[in-house]
Amino acid sequence: MSTRTGRATRTGQYLALTGYLVFLAFPFLWLISTAFKPARELGSLHPTWIPDHPTLDNFRQAFDEQPLLQAAANSALAAVSAGVICVAIATPMAYVMARHRSKLSAAATGWVVISQAFPFVLLIIPLFLVLKNLQLINSLAGLIMVYVVWSLPFALWMLVGYVRAVPAELEEAASVDGAGRLRTLVSVTAPLLAPGIVATALFAFITAWNEFFFALVLLKTPEKQTLPVVLTHFIGAEGAADLGPLAAAAFLATLPSLLLFAFIQRRITGGMLAGAVKS
Amino acid sequence: MASVRGRPGQRRRDDGRGGARAARDRAAWFLVLPALVPILVLSVGPLLYGIGLAFTDAQSGRTRSTQWIGALNFQDLVHDTLFWDSFRIGLVWAVGVTVPQFVLALGLALLLNENLRMRWLARALAIIPWAMPEVVVGIMWRLVYNPDAGILNETIHDLGLGDGRDWLTGFGTALPAVIVVGIWAGMPQSTVALLAGLQNTPHELHEAAALDGAGAWRRFRTVTWPALKPVALSITALNFIWNFNSFALVYVLTSGGPGGRTRLPMLFAYEEAFRYGQFGYAAAMGCVMVAVISVILAVFLAGRLRGGDDT
Repeated sequence: MSTRTGRATRTGQYLALTGYLVFLAFPFLWLISTAFKPARELGSLHPTWIPDHPTLDNFRQAFDEQPLLQAAANSALAAVSAGVICVAIATPMAYVMARHRSKLSAAATGWVVISQAFPFVLLIIPLFLVLKNLQLINSLAGLIMVYVVWSLPFALWMLVGYVRAVPAELEEAASVDGAGRLRTLVSVTAPLLAPGIVATALFAFITAWNEFFFALVLLKTPEKQTLPVVLTHFIGAEGAADLGPLAAAAFLATLPSLLLFAFIQRRITGGMLAGAVKS
Repeated sequence: MASVRGRPGQRRRDDGRGGARAARDRAAWFLVLPALVPILVLSVGPLLYGIGLAFTDAQSGRTRSTQWIGALNFQDLVHDTLFWDSFRIGLVWAVGVTVPQFVLALGLALLLNENLRMRWLARALAIIPWAMPEVVVGIMWRLVYNPDAGILNETIHDLGLGDGRDWLTGFGTALPAVIVVGIWAGMPQSTVALLAGLQNTPHELHEAAALDGAGAWRRFRTVTWPALKPVALSITALNFIWNFNSFALVYVLTSGGPGGRTRLPMLFAYEEAFRYGQFGYAAAMGCVMVAVISVILAVFLAGRLRGGDDT
């Protein structure tokens, strides 16, 4: 088909693509530029794209101003726990949903879809009251519980797709060969499913690492708060902000999810697409 | 187990192994429970509890003496002009983000589906907004929009288009400015979904249409769009819901200001619940939001089913 595309069309396509590239890239490039600018250049009347004297001062200052290391540790703990627990409990359920047609599977699928439409206020007020009664406000344990359940719908969605991709005939063949049910799961299904499980866990990790609303409501003291919440402390009450350290901290907070996402992007889009195209 | 022997043919068709159904069901429950219990306790339960709270006068600090007040919260909400203002802003925001986002995403997906040279770069860049924490997206655009040190006003100045302005605090510019950020942030997901839809359409159909002399637009309308429609409707519906319920982006960009011009329903409900402690009232807002979203979703799905009939 591409051979039929005329030269003018091609040029138009490249122009359009360039427009998209600029639109997608420029805010991020600006963030990086700001993060490496010395204070003097940030105050100049005519900001430049490339810092004349790039510096790491903003990063140092960011760590001085806010408990970033503590926040990153909190975020990491919450996100790792949420990712691991989420796939640990979602994988068996996804297996049942994919392999057995029952009312339960239908109800679970329905819930996965409906849960996308909840406004979180309706969840967070009761959760806040329940967690308060359990003394789990301002505790990462409470937040992790919320993150696990919050990541579950999408994790199930992805995992069901991965299980379906494992041919049921392989499991049947193993059981014909005399392997027990558990043996079949462990030695046939699990290895084929492993990459999907890892991708799902990483996705749950990213989701939790990036999450803001629940963390804002549930975590009260700076030493308990996660990275996104601590980042907002750089923005003062009147919206005034120390731009350099703000940009530096924001840039650092993005790196883990960006790197992981680049790593699993193909699998996620594949999983998401399977759902979007089918439904 | 005796019942299994009564209808062996059916068993065989079910799982091809003739295993005992009861045992299999027990195993299924055993596998499902670890996820089902947290879902019921931390998701379904709180949701029902939240709907219940909407009919009470629950406030933070005195939740023990909470009274059942019937539909009083909803009666108050009907007369709460601030809430309806935020509701209107929420709809403008959701439509203002979802529609351009879809159009732009469709354009990008069509481009990425062509055999262009910078395709890999566009794909790589499209990951960035998707993987970024919403808080960072908000911070990043605050840096872009910054009236003194931001790149937007500087570019406007360089192009000789005037002096630019304080985008996020201007009464007229704040909502359009946050809408642009919303479009930027959500475009990648839509692009990827649409691209997959495109790659699922049979290539031969395009070639046949091209041989018949159909131009680009005609090919799009008769071949591409019908195949893409189910995906397009799904992601548009989902994006609309996500956008209507969004919080972090606008919280970081404007906190709902100036003068409530960007106060989305979620921001309003958040303030009501966690700044003023009006749990019952905020829960009632949540219920109204769910109701409206359900109606919109139903209309969408009805349209989609109709669309399914004639294809």
